[in-house]
Amino acid sequence: MLSFKSYIKPKNIKEAYDLLQNNNAEIIGGATFLRLSNRKVDLAIDLIDAGLDYIKDTEENVEIGSMVTISEFEENPILSNLFNGYLKNVAETILSFQMRNIITIGGTLYPKYGFSDLITALLVLNTDIYLYHSGKISLEEYLKTKVHKDILEKIVIKKEKLKATFHYIRNSEYDFSILNVAVSKGKKVKIAVGARPGVATLAYKAMEYLNKNGLNENNIKEAAKIAAEEIVFADDIKTSKEYRKVVCEALVRRALLEVM
Amino acid sequence: MKIKVIINGEKKVLDIEPHEILLDVLRRYGYYSVRRGCDTGMCGICTVLFDGKPVPSCSVFAARADGHEITTLEGLPEAKEFAELLAEEGADQCGYCSPGLIVNTVYLKKLKIKKMDEAKIKLIGNLCRCTGYEGQHRAIAKFLGVEK
Amino acid sequence: MKEVTRKIPKKDALGLLLGKPVYTDDIAPENSLIVKILRSPHAFARIKNIDTSEAEKIEGIECIITHLDLPRNPITRAGQGYPEPSPHDWYILDEYVRYVGDEVAIIAGKNEQCVEEALQKIKVEYEIFEPVLDFEKAEDHPSIIHPEKESHPMFEIGFDAEKNIAASYEMEIGNIEEELKNCDVVVHQRYYTQAQAHVAFEPHTAASYLDMHGRLVIISSTQVPFHVRRIIAEAFGLPIKDIRVIKPRIGGGFGGKQAIHGEPFVAAVTLKTGKPAKIVYTRQEVFEATYTRHPMRYDITLGATKDGKLKVIDMQGLSDTGAYGEHALTTFMVAGSKTLPLYNKVSAVRFTGKVVYTNKVPAGAFRGYGAIQGNFALESTIDMLAEKLGMDPVEFRKKNMIAEGETSPIFKIMGEGREGVEMFVRSCKLNECVEEGMKLINWKEKYPRVKISETKIRGVGMAIAMQGSGIANIDMGAAILKLNDDGSFNLLIGATDLGTGSDTILAQIAAEVLNVPTENIIVYSSDTDLTPFDVGAYASSTTYVSGNAVKRAAEKMKKLIIKEGARKLGIEESKVDFDGNYIYEINGDKKLPLKELATVLYYTENQKQLITDASYVGEESPPPFMAGFAEVEVDIETGKVKLINYVAVVDCGTTINPNLAKIQVEGGLVQGIGMTLFEDVKYSPNGKLLTNNLMHYKIPSRLDIGNIIVKFAESYEPTGPFGAKSVAEIGIDTPPAAIANAIYNAVGIRITSLPITPEKILMSLK
Ligand SMILES: Cc1cc2nc3c(=O)[nH]c(=O)nc-3n(C[C@H](O)[C@H](O)[C@H](O)COP(=O)(O)OP(=O)(O)OC[C@H]3O[C@@H](n4cnc5c(N)ncnc54)[C@H](O)[C@@H]3O)c2cc1C
Ligand code: FES
Ligand code: FES
Repeated sequence: MLSFKSYIKPKNIKEAYDLLQNNNAEIIGGATFLRLSNRKVDLAIDLIDAGLDYIKDTEENVEIGSMVTISEFEENPILSNLFNGYLKNVAETILSFQMRNIITIGGTLYPKYGFSDLITALLVLNTDIYLYHSGKISLEEYLKTKVHKDILEKIVIKKEKLKATFHYIRNSEYDFSILNVAVSKGKKVKIAVGARPGVATLAYKAMEYLNKNGLNENNIKEAAKIAAEEIVFADDIKTSKEYRKVVCEALVRRALLEVM
Repeated sequence: MKIKVIINGEKKVLDIEPHEILLDVLRRYGYYSVRRGCDTGMCGICTVLFDGKPVPSCSVFAARADGHEITTLEGLPEAKEFAELLAEEGADQCGYCSPGLIVNTVYLKKLKIKKMDEAKIKLIGNLCRCTGYEGQHRAIAKFLGVEK
Repeated sequence: MKEVTRKIPKKDALGLLLGKPVYTDDIAPENSLIVKILRSPHAFARIKNIDTSEAEKIEGIECIITHLDLPRNPITRAGQGYPEPSPHDWYILDEYVRYVGDEVAIIAGKNEQCVEEALQKIKVEYEIFEPVLDFEKAEDHPSIIHPEKESHPMFEIGFDAEKNIAASYEMEIGNIEEELKNCDVVVHQRYYTQAQAHVAFEPHTAASYLDMHGRLVIISSTQVPFHVRRIIAEAFGLPIKDIRVIKPRIGGGFGGKQAIHGEPFVAAVTLKTGKPAKIVYTRQEVFEATYTRHPMRYDITLGATKDGKLKVIDMQGLSDTGAYGEHALTTFMVAGSKTLPLYNKVSAVRFTGKVVYTNKVPAGAFRGYGAIQGNFALESTIDMLAEKLGMDPVEFRKKNMIAEGETSPIFKIMGEGREGVEMFVRSCKLNECVEEGMKLINWKEKYPRVKISETKIRGVGMAIAMQGSGIANIDMGAAILKLNDDGSFNLLIGATDLGTGSDTILAQIAAEVLNVPTENIIVYSSDTDLTPFDVGAYASSTTYVSGNAVKRAAEKMKKLIIKEGARKLGIEESKVDFDGNYIYEINGDKKLPLKELATVLYYTENQKQLITDASYVGEESPPPFMAGFAEVEVDIETGKVKLINYVAVVDCGTTINPNLAKIQVEGGLVQGIGMTLFEDVKYSPNGKLLTNNLMHYKIPSRLDIGNIIVKFAESYEPTGPFGAKSVAEIGIDTPPAAIANAIYNAVGIRITSLPITPEKILMSLK
């Protein structure tokens, strides 16, 4: 059980940040994962009323406040139409509708959960993270950076002409992915693999191979092999690293063929 | 601490602990349709409407509801019509999962969903161990007016 | 038939659906003490010392009970007929803890928070032993899980605690070795099934209080209220008359509540403090510390002659009962007794094996009760044999399976925990089930496989199954009918409705006999003070056993109404009949409305309460049959199996309520599908269950099950109430074998351990 001595809903991010610095405190996004932990914390800082649930559509970008729930990818017309419904399709398979109604973008990205489908999907787009204290950082960099006691304010996704696709393998449809793969093709090809079970990563060597040699069926086969070799897999309760490796090759190949 | 909440259209002031879960508070105040099935956000049995949208009440801190609106099955007039369709199909067995399913499905009716497959995607988080779902689907199709 | 075969909604449907407070936790006394259990973190240990002093000081704590405070009477938690075939090897609390999750201490306090806090503050010193975690190494393991001398069986079940054996069994008809020599084709295969979890959505819940006479009243989400009363009396050394057990509505059972779980703990608190108490298991506790299905291993040998005649079945098993021997022998025997008669023309058949203790979550009753484990092994091997013979597996089955009017020596030899009864199968439409199923799945065109794309291949597979209808000569159900002054009836039954709708179908049976609408039958069930005895809801007994009792009670009531009506009309009884509304002269026009008779009998003339009762014990246990056909799509690059169609054609005799029968089968199928494809069980190396929540233990969702098509064969069981047999369990049995066979037919890979995960398929394809 997670227990708090008090629960505060600050009215803006500055107030939230200050409270976080000066207390044994925890930020609450959707609370879905947080509440499964077993800890005693003095203060819960709930961002629900902090004005972070905005979606801004500009010429070049879409800005998504950290308290936007992931069901907005299905329901909000701006988000659901991005990249031809790519993000909508990803979001719709995550967990359940009820949970998507509370799970936030901030709570999904900030803790870098390995099983996350959305992180993998966003990694092949041009996605930037804005942290209240540390400022702007690309998602790719963020995943490699240790951040402490900061607050994720918003994410910004660059609008580009991209073809993107997402593949996953789950045994039950209603389960975590035991491997997920996202691929995008704009000027260059990007390949991300997540639920390895470690957090998503780009398949740099495979990307380089394709960006050098071009997208065709043979190269795709080769790139899929390279990806499965370069990425580090591990065992967990859901499956073995050997299985992940074999399936990674198949999913990367399928995804690439789709954007070819 | 005290929170002000509108539950099923009624203004209420509730006395809660800061870490209390909405599900427990609702039950404590007599909303027994709200039931715990899994406690991890997976089963959907505890679903209520939070500001009009279905959420699992086991995964929401009660303190969050301060200043917001909650609707449980008890406060959903449309529930009866769907309940009767489920009953006609015999699609209720132990009935334990029904309130969550009904709350979520009644919300779907507002979304004007056209296909059963779409409804199933939105209802994946409503687990049932007794019925095998097929009977529920027959009733849902009738209620939403979609092809099974 | 007017009321029987009517698709009426369940009597409790709207109350349940609209969320009325009807489950144990909803109706437990409001001021109940909250009870929680301190559980063992070790798989096998002895408690050297418990220090509760710090915990007791916490504000709000009312009592902490350890094994030192309780009587040490060996019992079994299994709710079965008495004397039970399960060894008495369980104590309310014991100095030994035998699995991670075993009970160490009972804590009661005013609220959740103080009890949680107290849990953390109890200091326990353990002497830790090496646990037995691999059931294949349990026999003769240096660790003895039940070293205590008090544990004992109630009669001979092959119990040998020193060898970690809870039960063992063997039987042989004919000579296996000799007959195998005469076979042209012999196949042999080994199978494993996992410890499936029930996941009834209402967690195990119990509440207790003392009534004004000082009697202990227990409200519990149980399938077996009368067994609970008897077992609690035994455990505490109380007279049965001082205990009352009430079962309100319950949120699913599937066998997981065919036992005592929380009841002794709340009872201990109430007996000690005099105060009401309740326990609601967390989902994690339900997983870690109630029941699972018995994991089993089977070695199957089959032999046939080249004309396609099955000659030999040899099944050698090993079953894992976990830390306690609940349902150990009986689930094991059912794996044979509810599969072997399917092929009743063999010359030799053998079934042998042992049920061993391990330091894992105890296994208990679970829908299918051994039959699903046995069916997976036998029906998979039948396909292997048919292939080796070059025969279509359906044709092979049709040639060898049991038919109406036939018998099997197994019926007599193998009962549940003892001998069974001789029985000719009076109703068996298995052949029709198979034929209809073939049509519905389109076997002729789809067998064995259809290639959908370069990476996706579809296959079809099938299996047949049987179950029972109650346990013959053991299971008893009783009913009381009482006429009210408005002409309605109270039906009082011990039978236990778990959501199955048994209250409704039993009312339908009474209504059919009396020719009144089911709406005029008011049902009250499962209260040991107010309703007659019934063994409870298990072994697929309610419709058949309790149904027959209700039918008899209703027939007696009808006679009584005619008798009293005739008297009032002043005509001889033989000249009068009753049509549901009127008692009337058969060849004349005198008549009397039932309502009038009822009012008169209450208030004005010849006053009396019309009341009848009846009991029923089955002399037979007519098996329901079914054929299950699966169509799967296998992705050969990922190993993922998608279930496309599942066709089930069932012979359960008359369907008393076709809607409810259909849902029973659909629900059973989906649980079977879950066991086949999704429900994986994992333990840590030191014996902690890891799949202890619904994030990791995956039951099927509504998107995992494909198309499910359920049909019933026309069938009539002469010994059943209005021709009915049971339908509660049969649905679960076929999916493991039918799906495994379909996968084999699609891609040529035979998976022999459950669940069939993408990983197992892909790794064997590689
Ligand atoms: C049962 C279950 C199954 C799931 N299955 C899947 C799945 O299949 N696929 C998938 O992609 N995801 C899955 N998820 C994860 C889900 O998508 C979210 O990542 C996760 O639940 C957290 O979202 P939240 O908004 O509830 O965050 P919270 O639980 O509120 O927070 C998570 C962590 O992030 C911190 N945090 C939250 N918001 C911020 C912020 N703005 N700034 C800084 N720190 C913050 C919190 O302090 C906490 O430590 C699952 C989650 C659960 C509970
Ligand atoms: S109890 Fe809330 S989702 Fe299961
Ligand atoms: S009816 Fe029992 S869980 Fe759905």
